[in-house]
Amino acid sequence: MPHFAIIAVSILFDGLAYAMFLFITSVGLSVTMGLMNFVNLAHGAFAMAGGYLVVTFTRTLGIGFIPSLLIAAVLVGAVSVLFERGLYRRLYKSTDLEQVLLTIGLAFMSIATATYFYGPIPKSVPLPSWLQGDVNLGFRAFPSYRAFLIAVGAVLIAVLWYAFERTNIGAKIRAAVDNRRMAESVGINVDLLFTLTFAVGSGLAALGGGLAIQLFGLSPSFAVLYLVLFLIVVAVGGLGSLKGTLVAALVLGIFDTAGKYLFADAGGFFIYAITVAVLLVKPAGFYGRE
Amino acid sequence: MKLMRLLGLAALALAVGGTAQAQTVKIGVVLPFSGANADLGHQIDKAFDLYVKLHSNDIAPYKIDIIKRDEGPPTGAVAKTVTTELITNDKVQLVTGFVFSPSAIALAPVITQSKTPMIIANAGTAWITNLSPYIVRLSFSMWHPAFPMGPYAYNKIGCKTAAVAYTDFPPGKDSVEAFEAGFKKAGGKVVLSIPMGSPVQVPDFTPFLQRVKDAHPDCLYAFIPSGAHATGIMKAYGELGLRKAGVKLIGPMDLIPDNKLQDMGDAAIGTIVMGHYAVDLDNAANKAFKAEWHKAYGPDSYPDFMSAAGWDTMHAIFDTIKKLHGDLSDGAKVVKAMEGWSTNGPRGHVMIDPATRDIVEDEHAMEVYRKPDGKLGERILGTTKQVKDECKVMQVGRCK
Amino acid sequence: MAASEPQKSAGQVARDRAALFLIERHRFRWPEALPWLIAIACFFVFPDRMTFGGQVLIMVMFAISLDLILGYAGIVTLGHAAFFGIGAYTVGLLIARFGWSEPISSLFAAAVLSALVGFASGWFLLRYRGLTLLMLTLATAIMLQETGNLRSDISGGYDGLPGLTISPLFGYFDYDLYGHVNYLYVLGVLAVVFFFVRRIVYSPFGQALTGIRENVRRMHAIGSPVHRRLVTVYTIAASIAGVAGALFTQTNAYVTLTVFDFDNSAKVMVMLILGGTGRLYGAFLGAVVYMVLEDKLSKLSPTFWQFGIGLLLVLAVLFARRGLLGLVENAGLCLPKRKKP
Repeated sequence: MPHFAIIAVSILFDGLAYAMFLFITSVGLSVTMGLMNFVNLAHGAFAMAGGYLVVTFTRTLGIGFIPSLLIAAVLVGAVSVLFERGLYRRLYKSTDLEQVLLTIGLAFMSIATATYFYGPIPKSVPLPSWLQGDVNLGFRAFPSYRAFLIAVGAVLIAVLWYAFERTNIGAKIRAAVDNRRMAESVGINVDLLFTLTFAVGSGLAALGGGLAIQLFGLSPSFAVLYLVLFLIVVAVGGLGSLKGTLVAALVLGIFDTAGKYLFADAGGFFIYAITVAVLLVKPAGFYGRE
Repeated sequence: MKLMRLLGLAALALAVGGTAQAQTVKIGVVLPFSGANADLGHQIDKAFDLYVKLHSNDIAPYKIDIIKRDEGPPTGAVAKTVTTELITNDKVQLVTGFVFSPSAIALAPVITQSKTPMIIANAGTAWITNLSPYIVRLSFSMWHPAFPMGPYAYNKIGCKTAAVAYTDFPPGKDSVEAFEAGFKKAGGKVVLSIPMGSPVQVPDFTPFLQRVKDAHPDCLYAFIPSGAHATGIMKAYGELGLRKAGVKLIGPMDLIPDNKLQDMGDAAIGTIVMGHYAVDLDNAANKAFKAEWHKAYGPDSYPDFMSAAGWDTMHAIFDTIKKLHGDLSDGAKVVKAMEGWSTNGPRGHVMIDPATRDIVEDEHAMEVYRKPDGKLGERILGTTKQVKDECKVMQVGRCK
Repeated sequence: MAASEPQKSAGQVARDRAALFLIERHRFRWPEALPWLIAIACFFVFPDRMTFGGQVLIMVMFAISLDLILGYAGIVTLGHAAFFGIGAYTVGLLIARFGWSEPISSLFAAAVLSALVGFASGWFLLRYRGLTLLMLTLATAIMLQETGNLRSDISGGYDGLPGLTISPLFGYFDYDLYGHVNYLYVLGVLAVVFFFVRRIVYSPFGQALTGIRENVRRMHAIGSPVHRRLVTVYTIAASIAGVAGALFTQTNAYVTLTVFDFDNSAKVMVMLILGGTGRLYGAFLGAVVYMVLEDKLSKLSPTFWQFGIGLLLVLAVLFARRGLLGLVENAGLCLPKRKKP
C-alpha cells in the first residue's frame, strides 16, 4: 500500500477512536445544555465517577470490564437524577454565571472526594484479553481496544439516532429543544423530559469515563482536565444537536490526530485553531440554532 | 547539704532539659498534595513520614517539627508564597520537598536572601543548583539518567539510530537534550524528534508512536512525566506492536514508575531504562526500605525513585542535625555539613558533590522482565558508577 | 424678590435630573473607604503575611478588570488570563531581553501592550456572544500559550524566565523579603486603577454598558454604538488585566507560561461571581474571601482543601444569589435607614 495511504488510514482510524470517546462523553453535555439551557461544568465529574466505579467493580469486585461499564453507566445515571431533582432544578431560571459557579463547586468537591476514596495515584483497569493486543491487517496493526471503541461508538450512535428520530420521546425532546414553551403548551411534560435526558446524558458521560481509562488513565483531576475538550466539542457541534456533536467529535478528533501525526511541534494548536475557525464562520456550531 | 545537691541537680536538669527543648529543628515540607500531580507529592511524603517515624530516636535529644504545605500548581507563585511564609512566619530552619522545577526556580532569590537551605527532593532541571549557594539537591538532574543512556544504548543495546519523543515541557526537552548529547557523542544518529503534547493532559500517544514506527529507528527514547502518561505510552507502544517491528523502547526511569509497572502488562517487557532506583535493586538498604514500606503502606504499594530520593533526603537532613548538634540556625553551616555527605541508601551509594551541591549517584541500566512469581520486575544489566550531572560538567546552556 | 426663572421644558428637567443622578453617583459614600482602610490595616496587623497580601491585591485587580466586562458590559469570557499573561511577559521580557527593569514604566508598557491585543482581539471576537464567545476567547488564550511554548527559547517555556531583578521603586525603595514595599506598591497601583475604573463605571459610558448588558437590542434600537462601546471597555479591561499580570511578575520576580492557564481565567471568574458581579466591590470581596479561604484550608488539609472551596461555591449559589456582596447589602438593609433631611 502506498505510504501516504497508510498514513491516511492510520490517521482516520486513530482519529475515529478518539472521536468516539469525545462523542460518547460530550453528547450528554450537548443535549443538556441545549435542552435545559443549563451549564453543567460538573459533567466531567460524572464521567470521572463512572471511571472510578469501573475501577472498583473490576479490581475490587472482580466483575468483567464490559458489565462494569454498563453497571457504572446505569448507576451514575440514576444518581444524577438526585442531583437534578435536588439541586440543579432550583437553578434552571438562574443566570449562566450562577450555574457555572454551582457546577464548578461540585466539580471541586468531586476531585477532593475522589482523592479521599481512591488516592491521587492514577488508576488503570484490567482488560479482558480480547481487548488487549491488536488486529493485524498486514500493512498496519490496529489496537483492538480502539477498534472496540469505534464499535461501541457506532452502536451508540445508531441507538441514539433511532431514539431521537424515530421514537416518541425523541420527538418530544427535539420539540422541547426547539421551543420549550410550545412543547409545554401541547402537553409535553418537559420537567420529566429534563430528568430523563439528564440521566441518560450523565450515564453516557460515565460510560465515556470508563472507556477513557485505557486511553488516558484516571486520576482525581479527570473531572476538570478534559472539561475544556468536552466544551469545545459541544460548542463546535451546536447545543442540543446529536448530529452536531457527532460531526464536531469527528472533525476535532481526526484533525487533532492528523495534527499530532504530521505537525507534532504545533501541539494542541490544531484543535483550538479549528474551534476558532468554525465558530467564526458558524457561531452556533455546525448544527446549533441561532 | 542535701538541699544544695538537690537544687544543683534540679538546676542541671533544667539546663539540660531547657537546652533540649530549644533544640527542636523546624522543617518546612513543600510538596504538591493536591491537584493533578498529587500522586508525586504523596510518594515523597510517604517516604518522609516513614523515615521520620523509624528514625526519630536517632537524633535524640533533638526533635524535629515538620510543617507541611501544598506546593500548588507548577507556576511557582504558590510555592513561593507558602515557602516564604514558612521562612518568615513559621521560622523554619530549612525547607525541603519541591517536586516542580518552577517552584525551586522561583524561590532561589528568597532562599539566598534569607539564607535558608533548600534541600530538593525532586525538581530536576539541571541548572537549579546554580541559582543559589543554599540549594542542595538529593534527587537528580534530568541529565543524570539521560546522558549515560546515550553511550549505553549505542554500545550495549545496539541502537545505531534513535528516535526521541518527549512531553513538551522543560523536563522532557532537557532529558532528550541530554540523551542526544550522550548518544551523538558515542556515534549514534537521531533520526526523529517528536514533542508529544503538554504534561497536563495525557494525550493519545498513537499518532506519535505511529510516526516513530514509520521512521524505523533502532530505538525509541521516550520521556514522559511519571504517572498516567507512563501507562499511556506503554499501552500505545504495545498496541502498535513497536517491539515486534524492531523498535526498542528506552528511556529514563520515569518511563516505568514502580507503582505503575504492574499495570503495564506484557508491553513493558524488554524495555530498558537508565535509572538510579528500581524496586528490585539488590542492596541491603533497599531490602530494608522495601520491607518497611510494605509494612507501613501495604503489599500493593510500592516505593519508586521519588520515594527513594525522599528517603535519602530525610536521611541527609537527620545526619546534618546530628552533625551540627541540633543547631541549624546558620544556613551556610548546614549546606557545608551536607557537602560531601554520602550514604549507602536504597539507591546504592550516593554523595552530594561539594562543587555543585548536586547529587552523585549510580545509574543502572535496567530491563523489565517477568519474574518467576508472575509479577513484572527490573533486572540490572549494567551500572555506570557515580554519575555526576553532565550538564554542569560540560557547561551546556544554562548550566554554566 | 428673586427674578423668576424661565420655565424649563420637560426635556430640560429630565436632563437635569439625569445629570444630577450621575453626579450623585460619583460622590464618595463612606463605606467605600472600608476596603482601603482594611487593606492598610492589614499592613500593620499582619506584617508577616505581606507576600500573600500582595498576591491577593493582584487578584483583586484582575477581578476588577473582569468585572468591567463581565459585570458591567455582560461579556462572558474564558480567556481573560491571556491579557494577564501578556502583561506578565511584557515585564519579564523587558528585563530578560532588554535589561529594562524600572517598575513603573514597565507597568505602562504592559498596559499598552495588553490594550493593543485587547483591542485587536475584541474588535473581531466581540461580534459574538454566549457560548461562542466563551470558546473563542478560551481558544485564543490557549493558542497564545501554545505559541509561547513553541518559542520557548524566548518565553522560557514552563520553566519560565527566572531571576528577574526589579529595580528599586522610584530608584530608592528596594524589594524586601517580607514583601512590605511590594504590598504598598501594589496597593498604590490598585488604588489608582480602581478610581479610574470607578469613574468610567459611573459615567454615561458606564450607563451605556449596563444598557448593553441588560438589553442589547434596545441599545441598538436607540442608535447606541454597541460594538464600539464593547471594544472600548474590552480594551480597557485588557489593559488593567495586563497591569495585574505585570505586578504579578514584579511580585514574584519570575514568570512562566502558566500565567496563560485556563485555570487562571476560570479562577478569577469564580472569584468575581462569588463576590458579586457588576458592583466593583464584589471583586474585592470575592477575591479576598476565595484566596484567604484557599490559604487557610490548604494549611488545614493540604490534600483535601478543594472540598471546602467547592462547598463554599455551592452554598454561595444556593444562599447568596447576588454574591457575597449581596449578602452584605442585605445585611445593610437591616440597619435603620437615616432619614433624608
